[in-house]
Amino acid sequence: MEHPFAITLDVGSSLANQTGSWRTSRPVYVDRLPPCNNACPAGENIQSWLYHAESGDYETAWRTLTADNPLPAVMGRVCYHPCETACNRAQIDEAVGINSVERFLGDTAIRHGWRFAPPAAESGKRVLVVGAGPSGLSAAYHLRRMGHAVEIHEAGPFAGGMMRFGIPKYRLPREVLDAEVQRILDLGVVLKLNAKVDRIVERMQAGRFDAAFLAVGAHIGKRAYIPAGSAAKVLDAVALLRSMEGEEKPLLGRRVVVYGGGNTAIDAARTAKRLGATEAIIVYRRTRDRMPAHDFEVEEALAEGIMMKWLSTIKRVDEGALTVEKMQLDDKGFPQPTGEFETLAADSLVLALGQDVDLSLLDGVPGLAIKDGTVQVGPNMMTGYTGIFAGGDMVPSERTVTVAVGHGKKAARHIDAWLRGAVYAPAEKHELASIDKLNAWYYADAPKTVRPMLEVARRQSTFEEVQGGLDETNALYEARRCLSCGNCFECDNCYGICPDNAVIKLGPGKRFAFNYDYCKGCGLCAQECPCGAIAMVAEEI
Amino acid sequence: MLKQIEGSRAMAEAIGLCRPEVICAYPITPQTHIVEGLGEMVRTGDIKNCEFINVESEFAALSVSIGASAAGARAYTATASQGLLFMAEAVYNASGLGLPIVMTLGNRAIGAPINIWNDHSDAMALCDAGWMQLFAETNQEAADLHIQAFRLAEELSMPVMVCVDGFILTHAVERIDIPTQADVDAYLPPYEPVQVLDPKDPISIGAMVGPDAFTEVRYLQHYKQTLALRLIPEYAAEFKARFGRDSGGLLRSYRVEDAELIVVAMGSVNGTIKDTIDEMRADGLPVGLVTLVAFRPFPTEALRAQLVRARDVVVIEKSLAVGMGGPLANNVDLALRNVAGAPHVHSVIAGLGGRPITCASLHRVLRRALVQPWEGAHFLDLNEEIVAKELHHVRKVRRSGPTAENLLRRLGQAAEQSAVLGASR
Amino acid sequence: MNEPARTLDPTQKLHFYQKGTFTVGNRLVSEQERAVQASIDRSNALTCGHRACQGCGEALGARYAIDAAMRETNGQLIAVNATGCLEVFTTPYPETSWQTPWLHSLFGNAAAVAAGVAAAMRVKGRRDVRVIAQGGDGGTTDIGFGCLSGMFERNDDVLYICYDNEAYMNTGVQRSSATPPAARTATTPAMGPEPGNVFGTGKSVPKIAVAHGIPYVATATVADLHDLERKVVKAMRIHGARYIHIHVPCPLGWGSASNDTIRLARLAVECGLFPVFEAEHGLVTGSRKIRRQVPVDDYLKPQKRFAHLFGSEQGNKRLAMVQAIADRNIVEYRLLDHDGDV
Repeated sequence: MEHPFAITLDVGSSLANQTGSWRTSRPVYVDRLPPCNNACPAGENIQSWLYHAESGDYETAWRTLTADNPLPAVMGRVCYHPCETACNRAQIDEAVGINSVERFLGDTAIRHGWRFAPPAAESGKRVLVVGAGPSGLSAAYHLRRMGHAVEIHEAGPFAGGMMRFGIPKYRLPREVLDAEVQRILDLGVVLKLNAKVDRIVERMQAGRFDAAFLAVGAHIGKRAYIPAGSAAKVLDAVALLRSMEGEEKPLLGRRVVVYGGGNTAIDAARTAKRLGATEAIIVYRRTRDRMPAHDFEVEEALAEGIMMKWLSTIKRVDEGALTVEKMQLDDKGFPQPTGEFETLAADSLVLALGQDVDLSLLDGVPGLAIKDGTVQVGPNMMTGYTGIFAGGDMVPSERTVTVAVGHGKKAARHIDAWLRGAVYAPAEKHELASIDKLNAWYYADAPKTVRPMLEVARRQSTFEEVQGGLDETNALYEARRCLSCGNCFECDNCYGICPDNAVIKLGPGKRFAFNYDYCKGCGLCAQECPCGAIAMVAEEI
Repeated sequence: MLKQIEGSRAMAEAIGLCRPEVICAYPITPQTHIVEGLGEMVRTGDIKNCEFINVESEFAALSVSIGASAAGARAYTATASQGLLFMAEAVYNASGLGLPIVMTLGNRAIGAPINIWNDHSDAMALCDAGWMQLFAETNQEAADLHIQAFRLAEELSMPVMVCVDGFILTHAVERIDIPTQADVDAYLPPYEPVQVLDPKDPISIGAMVGPDAFTEVRYLQHYKQTLALRLIPEYAAEFKARFGRDSGGLLRSYRVEDAELIVVAMGSVNGTIKDTIDEMRADGLPVGLVTLVAFRPFPTEALRAQLVRARDVVVIEKSLAVGMGGPLANNVDLALRNVAGAPHVHSVIAGLGGRPITCASLHRVLRRALVQPWEGAHFLDLNEEIVAKELHHVRKVRRSGPTAENLLRRLGQAAEQSAVLGASR
Repeated sequence: MNEPARTLDPTQKLHFYQKGTFTVGNRLVSEQERAVQASIDRSNALTCGHRACQGCGEALGARYAIDAAMRETNGQLIAVNATGCLEVFTTPYPETSWQTPWLHSLFGNAAAVAAGVAAAMRVKGRRDVRVIAQGGDGGTTDIGFGCLSGMFERNDDVLYICYDNEAYMNTGVQRSSATPPAARTATTPAMGPEPGNVFGTGKSVPKIAVAHGIPYVATATVADLHDLERKVVKAMRIHGARYIHIHVPCPLGWGSASNDTIRLARLAVECGLFPVFEAEHGLVTGSRKIRRQVPVDDYLKPQKRFAHLFGSEQGNKRLAMVQAIADRNIVEYRLLDHDGDV
């Protein structure tokens, strides 16, 4: 049909008008760094595995997670989840229960018997890992996946390090730990138990190792000089917790005092309760807000009936009683003795004053820098001795399992590069997806699932898990609360709100592209992207 | 079939035979009986497959027709005077979009002052809007022109106004021959649009056209009307062949062969003029008449061919372009422009606001034209006395009051006076 | 263990707390629960290359409404457009960005022309083809009011959609009867003893539509796409006269940033100045509740057309008057009355 001239127009004729020429700035899709990823000491790609978890694809989620951290079931029980502290969702309602979902994924993997994929090829290099704690296990895992032959030499009778000998069973059941350790070993990592290393260089030469990663941890309890009577019962927390693995349980008596303010002190006190103490008291020289222990651990301890005595130091220990001096904070916040004393009845005193590293394996090794009882390492995790790397509690660090795991991964990458004669340069970090980059309107308000807590009474006489994890419906629920900060989750908002139809939908899993021929640069897409995955960049005119 | 019916009714029946699909009705004197008739016919089923829509204004009436026509339906409406002006925007819109709407214009004067009687000011007001305009002389022609109008409109994709003198034609009862459905169907095929709104083949109709193409659009409209100059006589000839009578065409001539004076006029007044001419011819006066049926397109050449033989042309029209003179006379001048030895054109303004045009008055003015033609517009039967009094009054008093009311009052006084005088005689 | 990892039906009902509840689409829910705009098959009735300003709310509103109607009618749709921004920026010769059959006649007659198209479709026996008339606030509340009322009164089978950006934007931001009190326009400048549009003027065409008793009336906003689409779909399932009034911010005329269009539309709802409600046959049947109420200031501040209200005593008084209007809407349409509605 011939159309009348000019009055009548054919469909599609506007495509000749390429309005992209109007722009002064253009939208670009960016992947910004989610705060959780940023905060995770193990460098997990949390947002990514939550993305898979939320569609029910748990195995992909688990594989994404374990690409960085091989111990999710453990993490889900012991990690202090700095990711949740950083989580943007906390500013809308409550942080996503990342830790709970991680535990769920770890448990699901164990239940289904998912295994790690073996390395693609062997590199021909051999690496010695000293210490089968979280740092060593992590390094061994990553190195093995990169194709290196790995041997772990562990001084103790079991693998696990602090996970086995420091963290109580009620927090981390041993079957879980065993399963995740075994899965790493199944990759072909050789584990030698009861194989303490006395001299590291010799051990390396004996085993023809091309490099070594030291992760012996800090297992020596610090001691303080406290005058003690001959029958006074004083032990250190590390030893106490360690001894819980054995057959003989220590006898602490009815009234136990724990001296110290860290998580170890809390663990010791809670363990004492479970061993039958009627009273477990934590004595700490400063106030609750100054305690290094995590607050929720303090909460749990208080809920179990553990008492706290603030602003107190222990001056003297005798059989059946302690002398305690009251402290007060000066104007600078430091505790100062008041000269007031009191007596506290106690059958035993447990010292939880920190831990030291057994550095004997490094005796005589040249080039090392030791400071404050820890080994100094460079940004590549290498010590002063070429080819010997170190991580975990034995190097300066925040002493948590997750940090240790992170060290293991980082060291493995550097070792791998070094073995190839290259240098590992980590990719530059993307811009942080802070809350101001998000459009929170698109997320509804919801409370975090409160994990079911065992009856307090039950907790004190058995070692069942204190926190039952999320079941499947809850894990999905939690995962779906993730805002996907800085990373497109294909919500179709940009595709839908572009007034110029200038966003191209590429298909499920393929995200979107901008049609710059027509995009006028109005910025609506960037503004209405819920997760901040679009940035406006000035055009060069 | 012969029927003794009112002109409006005859038109309604003729329109009905054209199988309209959408009819929009907004009442205004003197077209009301047409749309009422159509409404009845739709209800009784005499017109089938037709949507009869009562709208809320003339603007809506033509707008609904525009929508219907653009969507491929044969659309019809009717109006007059004020109503035509109320829909003025839509009138230009319909022709600009090239929609073959047929509209009856029951010619009526335009206010102020408000006046419901017949003159051609409404048709003249929008004669340049791009519609074709055909003027009926008789009720028969009024009916017949509608049938030709649909054919013409749809062939050219251009709307047509069929102008019929209000009251004189619309309300007069005469003997009319109403054609058969079969004959009309044979003459007027179903509407096949040049452009149509159809989900199967989407297009955008009604674009904004800028300086780069607007002239061309207008030129093409103008060109289409020149094509009508050929089609109008063709369709009239076809009509005669099928229906057996002369109706339509561009123009008709009456006793022009040896005329020294030719009258030009449109509409029903031609009947009276013919009677006057017959009487003058009987007195040996060489006068003739050209009846213009098509005013738009203006049949310049055909009219010129008729008029060149005369010495003088008198244009008698029921319209006034205030400040200029007679618009029809002006158009006739166009036909004679640049013609060597062209006759002189003299303008008569008559019948405004429905004032009857009598044979006596026509005799007076035509005989005068033969001997003493005038310059400028001559207002037939102007009441000079009242006009003079009003002019005098206006010069004296600033707040002289509304003109129309003043004149009416004077007329009333004059009537009284003559009654008194009459009584005193 | 051999059983595959058990996955829940991933297409959960999205009625609580999950990300994407309010977004256009969501890979985690069924296609039916996603907006029409999420679909790669959406008709794009208004496609690229049109000349709307950056961030134009009307371009969005029009595509939203017509795409939803196209899907509901299986593409059997004809649109009639009044003169105005939408018409001008979509069909400047030689380019049209409409992909549906489309007709533009005049400024004030869209409703009547649409009635004519609908009549033609009936006559032609094509009752499956539906008709939408659309225009801006100027073409609807003022110059088009007569034809609109006529169409309502006759109960013509036409859905009339008004895109309300609260002024005659296309001709240079002049005041219409939809311009809110105190707003600056070119014919109500921010000058003189009472700067901006005068209080006590203006009309609510949605209310007037309700008063006509037509089968369906609704207000909607470009900030709530799902609701807008639902209403268009609902309207297309009804025969007879229907009216939808969509609030569409205009960055140019309102003096707001081009990327603020949706945010402002949202704020207008959340402060109560633009009530979102539905009515059938003369009675209001329900309203969208305010989710997080804000004072009118939050909505007015980002718009330069209200700048003169801020920073003076007179301005504060007038702000209070605007707040009173919002408060009254909240009461009248029960915008905070959540009873059970999440």
